[in-house]
Amino acid sequence: MTESTIKGPGDPGFSRRDFLRGSGAVAAATALQTHAAAANQEGQAAGPAIVRGETTITLQVNGESKKVTVEPRTTLLEVLRTQLDLTGAKPISHDGSSGGSTVMIDGKPMSASTLLAVALVGKKIQTVESLGGPKPDAVVKAFVEHDALQCGFCTPGFVMAVRAFLDKHPQATEAEIRGGLNGNICRCGTYANIIQAAIAVVKGGK
Amino acid sequence: MKNFEYAAPTTESEALQLLGDSSVSTEILAGGTDLVGLMKKMIVTPDRVVNILGIPSLRTLERRVDGQLWIGAAVTLDTLLDSPYLAGYDAVTQAIRGINSMQFQCQGTIGGEICQRPQCWFFRGGRGLLGEGGQAAANGDNRYHAIFGNDGPAKFVHSSRIAPALIALGAAVRVIGGAAGRGPDGADGEVGERLVPIAEFFQTPRHERQRETILAPNQLVTHIVLPSPAGIANATYEVRHGEGPDYPLAAASAALRMDGERVADARIVMGQVAPTPWNTVAAAALLRGRSIDETVAEAAGQAAVADATPLSQNAYKVQLAKVAVKRAILAAAGHPTGGF
Amino acid sequence: MADNSYSWPKAEETSALGKRVNRIDGVEKASGRAKYTYDIQLPKQLIARALGCPHAHCKIVSIDTSVAEKVPGVVHVHVFEKAKPGSEIQWQGELIAAIAAESDGAAVEGLSKLKIQYEMLEVFVDDANLAAAQAANRATKGGGKEQTEREPGDDDDEKEFVTAEFARLFKESKYVIDGFYGIDAITHCCLEPHGATVAWNGDKLLAYLSTQNVSGTDEQFADGLKIAADDVEVRCEHIGGGFGSKFAPDYWGVAAAEISRATGRPVKLMLDRDQELKIAGNRPSAYLKVKLGADANGVIQVWDSEHWTSGGATGGGVPHNGVIPYVFEPKNYRRSQINIQTNLGPQRAWRAPNHPQACAITHTAIDDLAARMGADSMDIFLRNLGTDDARRIGGAKPSVYRAEIELAAKLMDWKAKWHPHGKGAAKGSVVDGLGLAIHTWGGGANDSNCNLKIHPDGSVETFCGTQDLGVGTRTAIALVLSETLGIPYTGIKVNLGSSKLPVSGPSGGSTTIGGVSESHRRAATDALAKIGDLVAKKLGVAADTLVAANSRIGVKGQPDKSLSWKEACNLIGMRPLEVTGSFKRGTPSPLSNSTVGGVQMAHVLVDKDTGVVKINKFVAVQDMGLVVARKQAESQIYGAIIMGIASALFEQRIADRASGAFLNSELRDYKLARLGDIGDIVVEIYEPESERSRGVIGLGEPPVISPGAAISNAVANALGVRVPVLPLTPQRVLEALQKAGRA
Repeated sequence: MTESTIKGPGDPGFSRRDFLRGSGAVAAATALQTHAAAANQEGQAAGPAIVRGETTITLQVNGESKKVTVEPRTTLLEVLRTQLDLTGAKPISHDGSSGGSTVMIDGKPMSASTLLAVALVGKKIQTVESLGGPKPDAVVKAFVEHDALQCGFCTPGFVMAVRAFLDKHPQATEAEIRGGLNGNICRCGTYANIIQAAIAVVKGGK
Repeated sequence: MKNFEYAAPTTESEALQLLGDSSVSTEILAGGTDLVGLMKKMIVTPDRVVNILGIPSLRTLERRVDGQLWIGAAVTLDTLLDSPYLAGYDAVTQAIRGINSMQFQCQGTIGGEICQRPQCWFFRGGRGLLGEGGQAAANGDNRYHAIFGNDGPAKFVHSSRIAPALIALGAAVRVIGGAAGRGPDGADGEVGERLVPIAEFFQTPRHERQRETILAPNQLVTHIVLPSPAGIANATYEVRHGEGPDYPLAAASAALRMDGERVADARIVMGQVAPTPWNTVAAAALLRGRSIDETVAEAAGQAAVADATPLSQNAYKVQLAKVAVKRAILAAAGHPTGGF
Repeated sequence: MADNSYSWPKAEETSALGKRVNRIDGVEKASGRAKYTYDIQLPKQLIARALGCPHAHCKIVSIDTSVAEKVPGVVHVHVFEKAKPGSEIQWQGELIAAIAAESDGAAVEGLSKLKIQYEMLEVFVDDANLAAAQAANRATKGGGKEQTEREPGDDDDEKEFVTAEFARLFKESKYVIDGFYGIDAITHCCLEPHGATVAWNGDKLLAYLSTQNVSGTDEQFADGLKIAADDVEVRCEHIGGGFGSKFAPDYWGVAAAEISRATGRPVKLMLDRDQELKIAGNRPSAYLKVKLGADANGVIQVWDSEHWTSGGATGGGVPHNGVIPYVFEPKNYRRSQINIQTNLGPQRAWRAPNHPQACAITHTAIDDLAARMGADSMDIFLRNLGTDDARRIGGAKPSVYRAEIELAAKLMDWKAKWHPHGKGAAKGSVVDGLGLAIHTWGGGANDSNCNLKIHPDGSVETFCGTQDLGVGTRTAIALVLSETLGIPYTGIKVNLGSSKLPVSGPSGGSTTIGGVSESHRRAATDALAKIGDLVAKKLGVAADTLVAANSRIGVKGQPDKSLSWKEACNLIGMRPLEVTGSFKRGTPSPLSNSTVGGVQMAHVLVDKDTGVVKINKFVAVQDMGLVVARKQAESQIYGAIIMGIASALFEQRIADRASGAFLNSELRDYKLARLGDIGDIVVEIYEPESERSRGVIGLGEPPVISPGAAISNAVANALGVRVPVLPLTPQRVLEALQKAGRA
């Protein structure tokens, strides 16, 4: 359920005097004026909604609208895996340090394990499954061709990372590839093959 | 994770309303790269999480007429890296690059980066911010802990990788909220705004109720303000064990105001060596009036660590901090740093 | 073709064996469709999370679950038997209780509400410190052995004789090296943690288990649950890493079944990341002090070592026998072992058990001998091999190592890069160095049974209770069948990963490829003979003139006298042809063999000012008998080297001496190699006819053995100073330089 029950002191605006008194080395009056003005125009409404307990939201996942039920603490990873049967993103580290749960949010690679589902309404969520299908993405094909996977548990996260990296750097050199894909961990040691797979995608122009 | 209530304000004042409710404990959520992991492990257990990503004013990048760069606290690190505005702020660019994970860069924000909690394994292992009043680190494995400013209970090192660069460059943070800048004792409901020199933004907590910044629970960082980089040669050097987002073993940022070949003024700030970013006045003083070469940079590095007080297992960090300072200075002056 | 003896075709006659092909489950894995145990989602499934003990050594005084039970979403609280009040907990992370809930968040919140009283006990975790272990009464003798070339006389006291012999040998040695070397414990750190998703159907248990022992874990579940093994099915289609740590359901897997029985709902219980590192497997540490004596040529005459090692709270460690000193067998040696008991999680088999540690703590001593002599390390390794007729090594033949070293040296450009230890040209603070090490492993075929089905429509499938750890077992099986039946490997269906399938051995010790190749080559050969008889009859030719190739069966060289594979299979009749293939471990066979040799060389860069080490180039030359799936075999070698780089430079279990806590049990702190850390790796499979003709031999273990020693030796060559203990962290490099007065 969604509630809007915020109580507060209203919008008192900002005290210009306080600002000046505390101004530091780079404080500039001109800067301050524009900011205070902007702040004063904001937020005259009743106050923001507060979400407590279970709530139903709609997420845009791989181009489709999906209704899911979440609590504020539910992570995107949990929703994908337990409600949408999208288990490509993996729970490897709880804090994103493995890259195992990499998905793209509005085209950018992020860790689904550290994103709250409730915060992603209206965002375009893309998971590794969108790169599969009857005509797999060039990165998926290159991973297979270069045997850039062993146990495969880190692989979906790595595939997403390579896809995101090459989307941004389609002409990446080998040195850039080696420098740019360090957010993911593989335990089986497939890095050498992943480098070759990424190089192949660059050469193939996809 | 403890269940919490969640709100996503769309204005600064809404955010302050949500944060100012003293009947609940609150945490500010931006990218989530730090907070969500801490909540999962029940190290941080807020009643309410306030997501600031939806506040437009916090997502702006703006070059002011006077040359200042105003960076919204919720601007992501990759946006910054890709932006032309970072030209001239090499120390910041290099620090962000050092994070070395696309995912962290795309998800993490600059406000979150400077407000991230310590990486200290005692804190993250559930033994308190200070790790049993400092005893955990004093008696236990302190190989990654502080070599400066560690005489109190706080032995952790400040985690931010960008803060040393921001301090070296003379940045400030715009803080809004209850009695902005007056600290946690400010009266309820009193709202203000001020620019805090970023060096003063960080503090070494003395007890468990304090944090690593002066930010009170009802306050919010909205912007990081960088002065114009014109005439300031600057760089960051991190000593990293390997690739990946792992934190450096030691780091330094150098900002040099050059007068021809000579250094007119300098600010050198070390990272990962103390509970706050650590400004070394001695190194800066040594540089003034000199032109940079390897000998001078080496001497500055030496000066920077002369007063280090390593713990039982981290004397090696003194050498690493020295090298970081030396190489940051060389890099700022456009010389090869040595190393790989 | 009627000839039913089993053999492999010659290298030049193969159509599938040893070819470079894509793995058959590649797209499924790379696009996230492959389902692992962690991915199984059953209707009405509960999520269980477990609480690990925060203390390394304590007694459980009391547990109060009442508050936890009231947390919204919590369904069931399970207290583990070994954590009942009064129990002693011996290591941090040992599970105390599990909570099953409607969501992950609720389970974790529930755990935080458990009220547990502990009585703290004395902690010891400092396994590197022999004196401290002895003082804490944690060290026990682990045996040893003495061997001398000369025999004592009838009147000699044996002990006195050995002492005198050793004194004489050391006195006669031109070079005497006193060394200390070590390697810290590391964890398996499977990216898919240990765990199970289980469901009951009446009295029968279906357990999705992350395991490398599909055929053997049904009985273990049954034992734990006091039911019949027939009533358990274990399934594991895909596994996210095992490395030797996943042979059992473990007590938490059994607990998942108990919780499921109690709640009447399916339950998933996977370990947290830190629990995975703390309790689900680690590789023992080992530290060694040695005195060795060598003649003027650098040939070791005498070896005298004592090593101490810890497998954690339950004891054990790296044994002296068989691996100390590693590969090399000096004519005179004395070795002894001390086991250290700590308050840390118990060891499990880790890829090539004991070999990587033994290699790391002994091949470093041989390299230090070369350094003392001012000699080329490669020459000293070569001189200590002996010859095939007068071996001075165990395992593979000296001639294999010689050929491999020559090949590796060429790929590394060793001679051009070599400089005496510490004498290379520095580029600023950066120096470079070369190192090598060699290794051996058995890798004989394990038990394997399969049921091969050839359908009248020509489709082929096999059923085998093995598992694919990610090495490409499915693909290798398909290649063996493809080669034998003369049909494309891509259409063959390989069913594995269930305990209800024909029993195959656990995947451990590089035994899987041999086992499944045996069972499938045998089954397919037999099946083909039966089809061949039908085809021969139909074509009116003698069965022994037929060959199967290119999806046809017919007389060789006579296209008009042949049938397509489909036409041939039509002759089978209505029901599919079913043939079983079996192999029992240890049976002499022309299809498989054991014992391989490998050589690895590392070229590193070291920044003397920061102590940071970077891999520049790494060369591995590996013998593995006959190669089945070449691309996947190469992947195994790359992977082993990368894993080896991690444990050489980054990876270590950091246990806090004060509290006993495993401090770096999250991936944030547990440093593994990343993609940018690996340098250029060159992999060469050594497969001359002399080795290939031996048949299939396992590959999983051998290439992971040498990286630690090779990299340590390269760093020693760069610096002219030994950094004695792996991993070679910047801290250790700087401290070694400082100790040597070279800082």
